[in-house]
Amino acid sequence: MLIISTFILSMGVFMKSIKNHLSLVIALLSILFSLQVFIIVDRSIDSYKVNLANNYSIVVISQKNLDIEEILKLNKIIENVSELEPDVVIKKVDTQMSAKNRELLKLTLPKFYKMRLTHYPTPQEIHKLTNNLLAHKLITKVENFSHNHDTTYKLLLLFKSVITVFALSMLIVTTLLIFKELKIWQLKHNERMSIMGLFGAPVWLRSAVLFRLSIVDALIASTLAFGVFSYMASSTWVATQLDYIGINIVIFDPLYDFLTLLSIAIFLSIMLASFIVLGHKEEV
Amino acid sequence: MDKVIVADKLSLAYTNNETIINKVDFSVNAGDFLFITGASGSGKSTLLKSLYGALKPKDGSLVVGGVELRGVSSSKLNFLRKHIGIVFQDYKLVKEWTIEKNIMLPLIINGYEKTVTQNQVDSLLKHVRLKHQAGKYPLELSGGEQQRVAMARALSHNPTLILADEPTGNLDEYSSQLIWNLLEGANTQLQTTVIVVTHNIPQAMNVDYKHFHIEYGSIHEVN
Repeated sequence: MLIISTFILSMGVFMKSIKNHLSLVIALLSILFSLQVFIIVDRSIDSYKVNLANNYSIVVISQKNLDIEEILKLNKIIENVSELEPDVVIKKVDTQMSAKNRELLKLTLPKFYKMRLTHYPTPQEIHKLTNNLLAHKLITKVENFSHNHDTTYKLLLLFKSVITVFALSMLIVTTLLIFKELKIWQLKHNERMSIMGLFGAPVWLRSAVLFRLSIVDALIASTLAFGVFSYMASSTWVATQLDYIGINIVIFDPLYDFLTLLSIAIFLSIMLASFIVLGHKEEV
Repeated sequence: MDKVIVADKLSLAYTNNETIINKVDFSVNAGDFLFITGASGSGKSTLLKSLYGALKPKDGSLVVGGVELRGVSSSKLNFLRKHIGIVFQDYKLVKEWTIEKNIMLPLIINGYEKTVTQNQVDSLLKHVRLKHQAGKYPLELSGGEQQRVAMARALSHNPTLILADEPTGNLDEYSSQLIWNLLEGANTQLQTTVIVVTHNIPQAMNVDYKHFHIEYGSIHEVN
């Protein structure tokens, strides 16, 4: 009988303790979750951009040989310039041409150059680069494949915007949750803080419990987020999905990402506690 | 005799600006036992609140323990309150703390050592006959027991001034007697100044006491 009543009492204390922490932990966890998802998407997009940049090049046509060093100086975005062999160009035009005609054509053909860029460019960067190249006296034409590029780039931007909107919505909802929690905490801690004040407790001592509680909640939320994202990072299913689309990213850095999430959780919960302390009014 | 409290043309009012206490002069000596009486709404609890700085003077001057309470800074007010023990009519115990921790509160605030704190709390729990209830929470106790805890808390840090607002209102005979004995003991043995707001002064008081009566915003001493 004694064991049962002790067990029930312990469970009661445990449940009360869980209830005290749960609402803020859930709100903080939602914020951390949406933030980390945003970070993962951002990394994926960056990684995808690198892939696109590796497969993307601009073709420049000139009447005479170009000074490669001079072309590299035209725009910082140009990583390297290589001349396309005339044979490669002719092969693409007509494969049944006789050797004699091919040699004749080689003499009349302009020079083709392929440019690789340092990163996947924005439409504005492509436009600027095209103008820079066309301003060169020897360059007669620039093929930048801008139509294909624009479509891919806009898709990427759309995807990033959707995720940003999702993260912002989560932030708004959780901020509202936190403010609701703030009011509950204010009611809950106001009486104790007032009583402590009546016996001369300085503000730091009156609010010590509040700050301790909020820091504990921040630690719990960050630890839970650490567990969820570490599991995700080690999941073979997730790795396979990313491999399918050719993305190789760090889903969750146990040190850098955890410290980021922990700092944000502690900052938010301390802000919440500070609001309560600042909003506390001594009863008369 | 050292003056613990000096009021000079003191006026008190709540935020609605209606003056409750109007330009009163009085003083309380160190070691005095003072009763403040008056009809309901006469301003006796208001006056007591002003003595621990919960209500700032509207006009005039009020000096408690050498601290001028008109425009007092929060740090000076905290310093003053550390030397006061307050007993409230509604007990004002922290519900989520045990009886033991509630009594410890002034000792923690005053920075007493853990062993001193524990010894003092144990001794006070014996005095208020609640040693066996130390681990309980306030809501698990009766009104009389809660007020005895509040009394122990007010005495725990050996304050120089005890302020009690109707400490025995609605209490059983046993608890009331225990509280009067403790207040008398603090006054006679520790020379603590005691100010009690009450409707009725107990018949059998074992100390010499002063008596102020409040009526129509004025205070006069009853001989």
